[in-house]
Amino acid sequence: MTLSLRNVGWGIRGNAIVHDASLDFEAGQLTALIGPNGAGKSTLLRLASGLLPATSGTVSLGGAPVATLSAPGLAASRAMLMQDSPLRAQFTLRELVAMGSHISAPFLSHATRMALAEALLERVGLAAFAGRDVMGLSGGERQRVHLARVLMQLESAVHDTDKAPGFLLLDEPISAQDLSRQHLVLNLARAHAQKGGGVVLVLHDLNWAAACADRIVVVHEGTIHAQGPPEQVLTNKLACHVFGLEEGRVRQHAVSGKPYILPHDMMCGSLS
Amino acid sequence: MSLARRRAVLFLCALCPVLIVAVGISLNVGATGVHLTALWHGGLHGGIEAGNSADRVVLTQIRGPRVVMAGLTGAALAVAGAVMQGLFRNPLADPGLIGVSSGAALATACVLVLGGAWLDLGAGGGHVALLSTAWAVPLAGMLGSFVAACVLYLFATRGGATSVSMILLAGVAFSAFSGALTGILIFRANDTALRDLTFWTMGSFAGATWPRIGLLCPFLLVAGWVTACLASPLNALLLGESDARLMGYPVERIKRLAMFAVACAVGPAVSFVGAIGFVGVVVPHLVRLVTGPDHRLVLPGSALLGAILLIAADTLARVIAMPADVPVGIVTAVLGTPVFVWLLTRVHDRERLA
Repeated sequence: MTLSLRNVGWGIRGNAIVHDASLDFEAGQLTALIGPNGAGKSTLLRLASGLLPATSGTVSLGGAPVATLSAPGLAASRAMLMQDSPLRAQFTLRELVAMGSHISAPFLSHATRMALAEALLERVGLAAFAGRDVMGLSGGERQRVHLARVLMQLESAVHDTDKAPGFLLLDEPISAQDLSRQHLVLNLARAHAQKGGGVVLVLHDLNWAAACADRIVVVHEGTIHAQGPPEQVLTNKLACHVFGLEEGRVRQHAVSGKPYILPHDMMCGSLS
Repeated sequence: MSLARRRAVLFLCALCPVLIVAVGISLNVGATGVHLTALWHGGLHGGIEAGNSADRVVLTQIRGPRVVMAGLTGAALAVAGAVMQGLFRNPLADPGLIGVSSGAALATACVLVLGGAWLDLGAGGGHVALLSTAWAVPLAGMLGSFVAACVLYLFATRGGATSVSMILLAGVAFSAFSGALTGILIFRANDTALRDLTFWTMGSFAGATWPRIGLLCPFLLVAGWVTACLASPLNALLLGESDARLMGYPVERIKRLAMFAVACAVGPAVSFVGAIGFVGVVVPHLVRLVTGPDHRLVLPGSALLGAILLIAADTLARVIAMPADVPVGIVTAVLGTPVFVWLLTRVHDRERLA
């Protein structure tokens, strides 16, 4: 299955935030969207999810425009984690995760639904808090509960209908995570791709993007600036042009062969 | 089932006998000093004797409809409040926010002040009046509340998407404007109309009759059915509109149905009994303290507790100043205001901690 954007544009009051973007996200692949603040990464992700209707061009999933898909069908074949959720209600973690599956897998039994929710909380490292109130969690924990809910939406549908796993769209999923949880979250994303699902991540850490992504898409000033495997995309020229870094910051890792970036000269011990 | 959930279900089950007791007490007390036993004796002796049948009339034609009306109105207001609080994701939202109460008030004022003239003319001229005031007031109130809800909905809807914050702002503006128009009518009103209107704004179940309940029921049934379908979607909406839409919920349809259900529940109820404050705000919040935020428990809990509290308030309204009948709106406001302030400070404290 492919999630594809064809000449997609979106703007507000005459300001184009994204224009003429064409991209294909393939199932089984992990794609990282990178780019400076305000480049249009989140908007692109929202367009891909169908949350924002494109003002020009078309977004299609498996060949059918997302606007024509039924809401439950779309919910079963793509899920998205937003940067933050304005939840202000005292649901338990278990209830919140289970909520992800009510539309995408309506025929699950209560017991199966709860068992799936518990298993997902286990995988995001929050099983011990399953009966606690979401409002009492830290920012990083809350982000992982929502990740579990988003995974629940797709995996319950797979459980229910035995179809291929859908597309997982994650907007800065590791922004609030410590180093070991960054590993955990990216491993979950990787596992989803290995099971045949598609994964699209917005990441700010270029080293993580280089290390975990099959493909990197660089978004710059509302357009697709470059795309391809990390080795081809993350070059000194790109770091200079898009991120404003000095020459020579991008090196090649001695072991993995992947590019890595030193954002400033660590040797001098100063940020200037 | 988790412990918290079991406690919540137990709470709902416990409310049912409380409701039955409240109905019993409410039927048993009143200015005439007739007790429920009269019905029993009446039944035993065939109920033909004059004394007994008068007692039965008190119970079946005066207190009976009054208790039923109080219960239905309490349930309608509280459930509508719970729906509004879910829709606005604000625990202090109230059914009046979508203009139904102020719309009903304006329409009622119109009938009482302007309509009185032609209603009396019809009767005085030897013709049968098209509508007696007893029916014209609630029917106009219903019309007013539905028109108000529709106007607000159209205001807040642009390109197929309804903005909840626009409903809120337009609702405040609409209330102010219809308040001003009502003020103009009050300014022009004669003493009788003024008195009627003042009592309408304080709410009373004194005018409850079985035919009125018969007219109210279909609206409440429709509202109840729609609300039952909304329980799970309203839970999702607490996560925010974007997340609810991403999970596959038809958010625009949910908002439309929620407004429709609230207008259906509150408009007719308010039109029959007048403005009764605080039940809609306070009751769902009290229920939520026990059940948590899940609307599948909050909605039935609000219906039961709203009915119980309004029956209790009406009983109190009948007995505090016997044989006078205190407007029930005064009772709910006097008892509800301290609870409301307590809720405000509680929410404030929690936000400061969060």
